[in-house]
Amino acid sequence: MPLSWALLASLALAAAGYMVGRSRAFASAGADSRTLHSRPTYHGMSVALLALIPALVIMVLGALARMTGLLSAEAGGVVGLLALGAAVIGLGIGVSRINAGFMARNAVEKIVLGFLIFCSTIAIATTLGIILSLVFETGNFFSQYDWRAFFFGTEFVPRFEGNSRLGVLPLLWGTLYISFIALLVAVPIGLFGAIYLSEYAGPRTRSLAKPVIEVLAGIPTIVYGLFALVTVGPMLRDAIAQPLGLGSSASSVMTAGLVMGIMLIPFVSSLSDDIINAVPQSLRDGALGLGSTPSETIKQVVLPAALPGIVGAVLLAASRAIGETMIVVLGAGAAATLSLNPFEAMTTITVKIVSQLTGDNDFSSPETLVAFALGLTLFVITLCLNIVALIIVRKYREQYE
Amino acid sequence: MTDMPLPQTGRAGARTKGSLLQADSRTRRRNAAEKRFRAYGVTAIAIAILALVFLLTTIIRDGASAFRQTYLSIPVTLDAEILDPQGNRDVAEMSRVLTLGYGRVLDAALDRSIGSLELNIPGLSEGDVDGIVSREASAQLRQRVLNDPELVGQTVELNVLVNGRIDGYFKGRVTMASAERDSNVSPQQLLLADALAERGLLVTRFNREFITNPDASDQRPEAAGIGVAIIGSVYMMLVVLFLAVPIGVAASIYLEEFAPKNRITDIIEVNISNLAAVPSIVFGILGLAVFINFAGLPQSAPIVGGLVLTLMTLPTIIIATRAALKAVPPSIRDAALGVGASKMQSVFHHVLPLAMPGILTGTIIGLAQALGETAPLLLIGMVAFVREYPGGPPEGLFDPASALPVQVYNWTQRSDPAFVERASGAIIVLLIFLLCMNLLAVYLRRRFERRW
Repeated sequence: MPLSWALLASLALAAAGYMVGRSRAFASAGADSRTLHSRPTYHGMSVALLALIPALVIMVLGALARMTGLLSAEAGGVVGLLALGAAVIGLGIGVSRINAGFMARNAVEKIVLGFLIFCSTIAIATTLGIILSLVFETGNFFSQYDWRAFFFGTEFVPRFEGNSRLGVLPLLWGTLYISFIALLVAVPIGLFGAIYLSEYAGPRTRSLAKPVIEVLAGIPTIVYGLFALVTVGPMLRDAIAQPLGLGSSASSVMTAGLVMGIMLIPFVSSLSDDIINAVPQSLRDGALGLGSTPSETIKQVVLPAALPGIVGAVLLAASRAIGETMIVVLGAGAAATLSLNPFEAMTTITVKIVSQLTGDNDFSSPETLVAFALGLTLFVITLCLNIVALIIVRKYREQYE
Repeated sequence: MTDMPLPQTGRAGARTKGSLLQADSRTRRRNAAEKRFRAYGVTAIAIAILALVFLLTTIIRDGASAFRQTYLSIPVTLDAEILDPQGNRDVAEMSRVLTLGYGRVLDAALDRSIGSLELNIPGLSEGDVDGIVSREASAQLRQRVLNDPELVGQTVELNVLVNGRIDGYFKGRVTMASAERDSNVSPQQLLLADALAERGLLVTRFNREFITNPDASDQRPEAAGIGVAIIGSVYMMLVVLFLAVPIGVAASIYLEEFAPKNRITDIIEVNISNLAAVPSIVFGILGLAVFINFAGLPQSAPIVGGLVLTLMTLPTIIIATRAALKAVPPSIRDAALGVGASKMQSVFHHVLPLAMPGILTGTIIGLAQALGETAPLLLIGMVAFVREYPGGPPEGLFDPASALPVQVYNWTQRSDPAFVERASGAIIVLLIFLLCMNLLAVYLRRRFERRW
């Protein structure tokens, strides 16, 4: 690869530039190096950066042009040579600038600051990239498929030969149903766990139980997915669904919801823990001093004070549950059904995104493009939940600061 | 709550008569409520811990056997007439002999050595005998001979992979009863396997190949390994390390130390905290649309996976780094500025080194999160069946590879139950990696953390 050679060569040039710049700076200062405005290392650095940055910019532009097909693969050598030339010119300019009065430090710091600013805009670029790619492809989808049929359709039956019905409602229902069950599991357990750990448990119990619960948060979701598929699903089917005649499928809303609930426990509990700890001690002392028991203090003073924060935490957990993929892919099933039976297999938005985008299909059919519309739906729902939750949590924090 | 006298009725009246040492009914009720409330808390913690223990024990129970594998040791005569028809030991000529030819050599060796044992198993056909070794065995033998052509014509003692069902029999997954119903294995084969195990020819031992082998096809669970997946995961972690850490740290330094408090930085901050909560699959869609469809990078390449995971871990690293920078007291900055350092010098020479332990901890946790992430990788084609090892970096970053969590997902989609064992085994490896990373993070925090 000529580009990697050009990269290595310009790195070597930059290193050489650093040495030359430093020694030139010493030389230009004469006998007394105090006459230099900046320390010699800054002179070296400014030369090195001047050599490296133009070369890097040219190489990145060249690579981008090659990826988008503006340049052929053979042009890599030309780009490499151009980059090397730029490095040499930069080196020359850098070296010629050096004298005792040159403010090398300010020059270097300006470049570094530019780099810092550039890095902090990458987060914005990511968001823009997400929004643009989703909106663009969703537009493609809606030009081929009626938007009313997407938003109000009650069937999701993709067919390869065309004439698919791609209604979002059954997917939305499955997503919300599974998330609801997950929250039903996670919120009481997480909340009571957090209350116990922050209000009752001694330092020893706390230091033991807290890390154990945090381990649950560190386990990848694919592990929960396998757990749902291999253990929880068959167990629920054999113990509850089949004896009661509710269904015969191992993958069900209950399976996915239960396992997702376990996954969310540490999330709810650590957020609630922070929030409960932020309630001022004076409130507790006041209630206890009036003769209420600890549980009365918690129920009537601490929890009402912490309520907005806890609501925020639950909303964040809900957004997690809605966006969760691997557990539902492995535990919830693939059939898009609108049903109330929690032991029936249902499917979610994320499952369908995965199933429509993996496998061999061309990128112009509505069956594939629907995944982007589903992605946009998912993004908008979770974004709204996150924003509301963040506003609530922020307001709540300010209340006690 | 107020100075109003309580109405002297009912319980309140009763209380004035009782002794303080004897709890009245109201106190008893309040104490019971207190106890109940505590019990709820203990139950919640217990449920969480039990769930964790249950999860881990089932995974370990299912997956531990993936690290053991059954092998058959037999002498194999490498017939020169079949394997090297030209007789000149030229590798190029010999590679024209397909796996089928090696299969014939293996079958002949099997028939010979099992015939010489004079076992008396009723209903054992020749196909049954040949079927006890894995279909992968002949391919492995071919590879070995092509690497060392001098073996041709000799009789070598081989450790041959045994069929997945026979392997399952020794691990308790396959029983005589299930073999009756199974078209892939017959009870006669199990009897034969028993007889061979008795004579010490069939041995279940540590399965090094599970860690080093690439994936294998649906019919050959016994040969499937996580070698390619581990390499793919390591490559992606390298990309994340080289991109996410510098960018994340630089962004946090700007936002925490230099950014003026204005609209734009406010937008960036809200944006970062929102990005941290965007579902991971959306990053997969982004990767597919931008890196593969727009930029034209190859599918299932670790570089694309690494880029997607970089974007996904950036918010985590930025949030952790900002917290670490915030924890450095302002007196450090003031002292540096006071002796004439520039703002940039005070940050890079004093604040950053002091914040380093916190940054490292956050980085490791972000990396651990990225290592276990599956959903976005599914969308950029990492589910593809990859048997070739990717090349060395940096070119190897563009070769197709798998990743550990995706390999697990891949195996859960196969019908043979032997793949559940493989998937659980891969998860054990993944969890060991994660455990090591988290322990390192805890160690760094304990060792270097400073309280101001």
